[in-house]
Amino acid sequence: MTASSGTAGEARAPVPLPTPKFATAARAALADTRLRRNLRGATASLRERAGASPEPGDWEELREAGRAIRDDALLNLDAHLEELERAVTEAGGTVHWAADAAEARRIVLALVQATGAREVVKARSLVAREIGLNGALAAAGITARETALADLVVQLGGDEPSHLLSPAAHRDGAQIRELFLRGLLGAPPDLPDEPAALVGAARAHLREGFLAARVAITGANFLVAETGTAVLLESEGNARMCLTLPDTLITLAGIEKVVPAWADLEVLLQLLPRSAAGEAMTPYVSSWTGVTPGDGPRAFHLVLLDNGRTRALADEVGRAALRCVRCSACLNVCPVYERTGGHAYGPVYPGPIGAILTPQMRGVESAADASLPYASTLCGACADVCPVKIDIPEVLVHLRGRVVESRRRRPVPTPELLMMRGLAWTMGDARRYEAALRRGTRWARLLSRGGRIRRLPGLLGKWTEARDLPAPPAESFRAWWRRRP
Amino acid sequence: MSGESGAGSREEILRRVREALGGARGARPPVPRGYARRLPEAEAETRADVLALFTERVADRRAAVRHVSADELATAVAAALWGREAAQIAVPADLPYGWLADLDGVRALADAPALDTETLAACDGVVTGCAAAVALTGTVVLDGGRAQGRRALTAVPGYHLCVVHADQIVGTVPEALGRLDPSRPLTWISGPSTTHDIGMARVEGVHGPRHLEVLVVED
Repeated sequence: MTASSGTAGEARAPVPLPTPKFATAARAALADTRLRRNLRGATASLRERAGASPEPGDWEELREAGRAIRDDALLNLDAHLEELERAVTEAGGTVHWAADAAEARRIVLALVQATGAREVVKARSLVAREIGLNGALAAAGITARETALADLVVQLGGDEPSHLLSPAAHRDGAQIRELFLRGLLGAPPDLPDEPAALVGAARAHLREGFLAARVAITGANFLVAETGTAVLLESEGNARMCLTLPDTLITLAGIEKVVPAWADLEVLLQLLPRSAAGEAMTPYVSSWTGVTPGDGPRAFHLVLLDNGRTRALADEVGRAALRCVRCSACLNVCPVYERTGGHAYGPVYPGPIGAILTPQMRGVESAADASLPYASTLCGACADVCPVKIDIPEVLVHLRGRVVESRRRRPVPTPELLMMRGLAWTMGDARRYEAALRRGTRWARLLSRGGRIRRLPGLLGKWTEARDLPAPPAESFRAWWRRRP
Repeated sequence: MSGESGAGSREEILRRVREALGGARGARPPVPRGYARRLPEAEAETRADVLALFTERVADRRAAVRHVSADELATAVAAALWGREAAQIAVPADLPYGWLADLDGVRALADAPALDTETLAACDGVVTGCAAAVALTGTVVLDGGRAQGRRALTAVPGYHLCVVHADQIVGTVPEALGRLDPSRPLTWISGPSTTHDIGMARVEGVHGPRHLEVLVVED
């Protein structure tokens, strides 16, 4: 471990509540009919947009190239990171390395405090949320203004994003109107709940903050090692303002955001916009290399974060998850996500990709993290749409194996493990097995009504909570086989 | 300042990366580059086909687009600004003088010395050139070079009029990247500022320009 962990001091984020297991968290979401309607509408509309424009003829070739480029980035990550640092530094930027969330918070807080600013503007950064930056800034008396519309809605609502690219997918217009009336200065009381009017109110509110801002904090989609260039895709234009108006720019990115060469963007800039929103190109793509005299910020800081990524990298199967470019296509097609929404997956990374990223970055020791690899039906729709060909079901199954392995080492075995051990013992011997089969059949037929078992006893009852079990036939296959003339 | 604040973890992170990769480290998976670098022949037989595709795709992005000849440019710029009832606009200091020759009743503020942010926000629009344009995606790319100015000029005002010379238009994203210099700050613009974040309805003009207009100059 590094000296940094556990000494967060003033940069400590508020202690998060223990997150519930996926199934528990999902139950609340499933009971909320408004949430389910909003999510169904959102995912359907995102899928529709994705299908609206025809796939280019070379889509499969682009995906193959994308997969290889991201693999190259990961398998040579140490060399690429050193090359990136050299290039950014040569172009007048400063690179900071954060081993964990606490260290990243401390670095950013020190950078903001050095400018004397009491307020920062923020544009889409999943890493900022991952490290709990807003809480740390607030604790130090610094106001963080979210500038993307959906992030503003989430901030005003005091909850968590529910989608990677549309963080407010769980809210409808009427709810957003309520939040704006309470939270936006100067929002007229007769504000209608139609989208254009709400966007107008947010534009007016945010514009003042932009014009006065001295420090901006953003994320980045790609970091080009060869040239030291950071790349950011967005559709609203808030990030463009963050990148150009303030004096100081702090960009947060996970170490896996590196891509080897400038020419690799020709693949990624075609894959990401289409997978994210069914567009040939995202409305705005910005790229910058260090600082440019007379254009934009005078100081540029790049904070590179590990926070569990090297842990995922160490898993030969699981490291494929680090290829992810955060397009969110897997969320939009996932039948589980469509019903539960993003909150059930715990903080930051929702949907199928979150179910494989979060347990790898944080380990599978806690019940919540260990439940994520099971938050899937393994239908495989996510793997079909992934622009960098991450085989999400394969990684899910692999991680389920790891969860079971980690439980095997516990001093007290789980009921499931005891049952499996008993089953192994029974099935290990033909006579034992047949005796158990006969007895089991008799009991099961006693429990059944009209050929179906509605409730199994004890822990097995969980299985029949949502379905009936057919009663076994009076005679087993083995008995019938023996009786055959 | 704090250039050293993360120095301690630099070695630690690199060590973790090397340890995590183990024997796999340093493998260079070959990148299969079988994707299209240029437009397919059928779509781009002639230069005119590429221009037509660009025009179509810009319009698809809900930006206004018109073709003009070089001697009509000044009139077209003036007409576009009148159409928007612009009273005051910002322009890069090195915008060719001829582009604004026909302006009447529109105040053009040159960005030299740099306009302060309030003045910029009070402008009704901005007129620039571009560094390259991509037909397939309907994109104009600005790199801060000639007639483009610094990035803030086009990020703040509500209307952006972009002049594209026909020879700046390429077919695809790979072709455009080959023309661009990564050391310059780049902005790829495809249509006006957009959001879908309220009830998934498309709304234009959240922060950046609400309206984008493109004039293609054919020589």
